[in-house]
Amino acid sequence: MAQHDTGEKSAAAGSAVDRIESSRVSPGTAIEVSDAFVNPGLPPHRPRVTDLNPKKAKQAERRVYTLFYVSIIGSVAAVAAYAAIPLVPGDNATLRLSTALLGLGIALGLLGIGIGAVYWAKTLMKAEEMVEMRHPTRGSDETRERAVEIFQLGNEESGFGRRALIRNSLIGALIATPIPAIVLFRDLGPAGSPAEALMTTMWEKDMRLTRDPTGTPIRASEVTLGSVFHVIPDGLLDKEHKLEEKAKAAVLLIRLKPEDINELPERAGWSYDGIVAYSKICTHVGCPVALYEQQTHHLLCPCHQSTFDVTNHCEVIFGPASRPLPQLPISVDSDGYLIAQSDFLEPIGPSFWERS
Amino acid sequence: MRTLSSQARGTSNGRKSGRRHPLATVSLILVGLLTTGGAYAMFSSTASAETNTAVTQTMVDEGQKLFAANCATCHGLSAAGTEAGPSLYGVGAASVHFQVGTGRMPLAASGPQGQKKPPQFTDEQTLAMAAYVASLAPGPEIPEERWLQADGDATLGAELFRVNCAMCHNVAGAGGALTEGKYAPALGGVQPVHVYEAMVTGPQNMPVFSDLNLSPQEKADIITYLQYLENNPSPGGADLGSLGPVSEGLFIWIFGLGALVGVTIWIASKAN
Repeated sequence: MAQHDTGEKSAAAGSAVDRIESSRVSPGTAIEVSDAFVNPGLPPHRPRVTDLNPKKAKQAERRVYTLFYVSIIGSVAAVAAYAAIPLVPGDNATLRLSTALLGLGIALGLLGIGIGAVYWAKTLMKAEEMVEMRHPTRGSDETRERAVEIFQLGNEESGFGRRALIRNSLIGALIATPIPAIVLFRDLGPAGSPAEALMTTMWEKDMRLTRDPTGTPIRASEVTLGSVFHVIPDGLLDKEHKLEEKAKAAVLLIRLKPEDINELPERAGWSYDGIVAYSKICTHVGCPVALYEQQTHHLLCPCHQSTFDVTNHCEVIFGPASRPLPQLPISVDSDGYLIAQSDFLEPIGPSFWERS
Repeated sequence: MRTLSSQARGTSNGRKSGRRHPLATVSLILVGLLTTGGAYAMFSSTASAETNTAVTQTMVDEGQKLFAANCATCHGLSAAGTEAGPSLYGVGAASVHFQVGTGRMPLAASGPQGQKKPPQFTDEQTLAMAAYVASLAPGPEIPEERWLQADGDATLGAELFRVNCAMCHNVAGAGGALTEGKYAPALGGVQPVHVYEAMVTGPQNMPVFSDLNLSPQEKADIITYLQYLENNPSPGGADLGSLGPVSEGLFIWIFGLGALVGVTIWIASKAN
């Protein structure tokens, strides 16, 4: 159906549209629709410089094959650079140079072909505008009848419709085959409800608070005013899933002047001599809240700027977090080391459906 | 130089000995350079030696005078603090050396936090003031040279940095914003001694990381990591300020998408 835009045919296409437009004028009225959209047709063909001037065409040709040569050079250079630059282990500079040259060579190789081809098409290939009509999607009546015939013949010859037992058992078999995959993949997920794991952390009564990442226990006397300790539970480093456990049990230990702390009455025994321990996991979406400002006693979450006031049981004073950071009740054992009184008394971190 | 010596030749009938010898200027300059260089080397080595040697009474006296002239307006004549500035009892020599040595003190203007600027005092003056403040009450001392050599374990230092420092200072030490105009400064180009002192004293809103939290060796490891970052170029090419997804995203949105849009327009445009 493709037509090249030679004068008369485009005029014919245009006039066909014109006819349709004029037939839209409502019958029985004297008013002619004057602002109806008229297909403007294709703009007049404008020859390019390269069509008119053979010198320019020659120039464009030179540019195209130069681009293709550049592509060849780039590809060869990439291989040459790969072979010529040895990677010295420990010396990042060689890796950097090698990667840069490889990338440059391959980029030249690809861009040379691409830009050359587009430039070729734009300047030298035949550039007359053309109209291509849509093909009808409906098949011819004969084809459609023939297709139905083939289906009916297939049904007759195989007996699919006649032998109901075979057909039904086949459908059953097809339904049953994916079941093993579903069972196997389902079993890769957490056993039981994932909410269980979110309710508790590995903190328990008398477990020592230790430094992250060394795992050495912390004496209460070592926590001086204004200092911050990043804390993991004792024994975390020996756990099989230590990252999962750390993501829940990480704690921030801060010492304030006891007169600065405004403690809730029910949490009176949870701190030790001004030392307070709060979960490091933001109650918004679980980023580690660890930007502690020593003078304002504000804790800032780096992800969404939720700000918690440590002096005021870590209530939210800014940002999207909706709950205060959970506090870990702490105490001191007979050797002077800080220990947990229990696990957190509420689930740490962001909200989830099963959280009451 | 050549014109000078040729003039000399002209006036003195080509006599080329003693101070009029053509090489005289050169040798004079050499001697001068060597003397100043040597003196500077001696001076700076004595200055750094002083860091760890005993504090003399003259230093304390000198420091008291400097303190009275430059700091007492805010911190009080006895350094007990006023409404404008905190008490300096117990802040230690390290705190003074950090605040004055990085130019944060004296403050240029009151604001969310003291800004780094060119130091207002020479090394000896800073050390004298540090000695004076340290003589008032015990506090953290200026660290020993052996912790500042950046010869520790960079891997352990990197881990300690990620746990204790990276949330404010950025994992590559590029700094970051805090609340209400405060910020954690970038750590590139900061002298190891100042990094150490900041950890020990907790200037402004930075928490304290005393030797009971991070041992001196661990602090030395962190300094080693920071020096490693400074001396090793980013293997992935331009690091765009090490700011992570913000600068990288901005770059690719502006330049990457810009290039794509440009190419698309070129492909679709008509050739003339």
